[in-house]
Amino acid sequence: MKDTRFSKVLLFINSLVPLALLLWDAYHGRLGANPAEFATRTTGMLTLIFITLTLAVTPVRKLTGWNFLGKFRRMIGLYAFFYGFLHLMTYIWFDRSFKIQTVPGDIVQRPFIAIGMTSFFLMIPLAITSTNKMIKRLGGKRWNRLHKLVYLTGIGGVLHYYMLVKSDTRLPIAFAFILALLLGYRIYAANQTPKVPARSPVPRQ
Amino acid sequence: MVIKKASEIKSSEITDKETYLNRRNFMRGAALVATTAATGLLYRSLNPPPPVTRPGEKIANLVQPPPAAGFSTNEAKTSFKDITNYNNFYEFSTDKQGVAARSQGFVTKPWQVSVEGLVNKPKVYELDELLKLAPQEERIYRHRCVEGWSMVIPWVGFPLAELLKQVEPTSRARFVAFETLYDPKRMPNQRTGVLDWPYVEGLRLDEAMHPLAILATGLYGETLPPQDGAPIRLVVPWKYGFKSIKSVVKIKLVEQQPPTTWNIQAPDEYGFYSNVNPNVNHPRWSQADERRIGELGRRPTLMFNGYADQVASLYTGMDLRVNF
Repeated sequence: MKDTRFSKVLLFINSLVPLALLLWDAYHGRLGANPAEFATRTTGMLTLIFITLTLAVTPVRKLTGWNFLGKFRRMIGLYAFFYGFLHLMTYIWFDRSFKIQTVPGDIVQRPFIAIGMTSFFLMIPLAITSTNKMIKRLGGKRWNRLHKLVYLTGIGGVLHYYMLVKSDTRLPIAFAFILALLLGYRIYAANQTPKVPARSPVPRQ
Repeated sequence: MVIKKASEIKSSEITDKETYLNRRNFMRGAALVATTAATGLLYRSLNPPPPVTRPGEKIANLVQPPPAAGFSTNEAKTSFKDITNYNNFYEFSTDKQGVAARSQGFVTKPWQVSVEGLVNKPKVYELDELLKLAPQEERIYRHRCVEGWSMVIPWVGFPLAELLKQVEPTSRARFVAFETLYDPKRMPNQRTGVLDWPYVEGLRLDEAMHPLAILATGLYGETLPPQDGAPIRLVVPWKYGFKSIKSVVKIKLVEQQPPTTWNIQAPDEYGFYSNVNPNVNHPRWSQADERRIGELGRRPTLMFNGYADQVASLYTGMDLRVNF
């Protein structure tokens, strides 16, 4: 993977493909009987997929030795934030009709909304500190510690999904299983080599 | 392997810069097209199947009840396409947009409904007998799902009371229990454990005798498509949609309140009565408003789904918060 720059372009464009198709289908009236629900569900699913992918980068990189994967982690994480933002917007638009004052009441009524929203807000500091400049300013150690928040986002996101389904819990449980593997790996790795200094957020070549 | 030193490579063998760049651009373009196509196909494969729009058979001798009867609403009807491609019918799929495609091969001939229990004249009815039991009426009802969406559906059917009168409930009969077909070969999702099969529902006898409660055999003037509960289903428009049990094979009159599927699944979330009530929220979401299919925003939910004038008297003296 010498051509990192082009690989990033590939990843960037591919990550936009679901959004492009969603908008294309919406424009042609092909989102089904309940387009608002479909858009909400799809953006939510994409958020979870990107969170899972960003959490998979480090374990896969370490297990396979494919260190180049680390270079894509930031973009995948930012896409998780981006789709999470779109997901929140579908709620504000279709569910709340932009009446923001009704959101607090709704949060009290529906705990899964509160958990989903918290999970999204936890991503904001991560998105803000995703630039090289911010990594430098914070220092690798502190940056790493801050970005462990994504574990909470992952757990909250899956919980949010699990709590809203009526009875068919197979998909949320599948997400929970994958998440448990990815987080479990980290606990396992930490116990294997207890005295390794904090990793630099930019992986070594 | 012979490794040539730079000086040994003839200048004629060196790919000139332009060709090299062209080749590289070509490879990049190919990679871009191939990966985006693959991502697109992956996204598409996770999308629900395309809508099915197969018309049923026209129902002959369709009767329009007089508007004064107050049975039908004049609100805009939900399209046939939406009614037949957005279904909660877990026997086929838990994906509302996937039920239509997965239920198309469902065979409903022959079909029998056993009416039994505390009745003087129990009988196993052939579907044709049920269709001739009373005039087939068009009833345009609001339909409110417990999930917070609603439709306006032109059903075709006949009052459940007509059937119950024929079998003559005994004085001990107080409830009516309904049961959906259980046949995992024909209803493949019954192989999963997402619900306790077969699907069962129930009404109090006076609810079942109410003229708004019908057994539906069609919609939009045609026989019911499989995804909407073919060949015969209950429709109780003042209750959440899951009370209106589909593909019914058994109706039993009983003394005690019968078990109902969603109540078994989550007793604190789905009560036996499950009357549409904007003032009693589902523990996990509000029931104060709903999204009418075809509209983007939400509209207020009406008490008893707008049928309060006709049915509220059934519940006088009852605490609807307790009996939700």
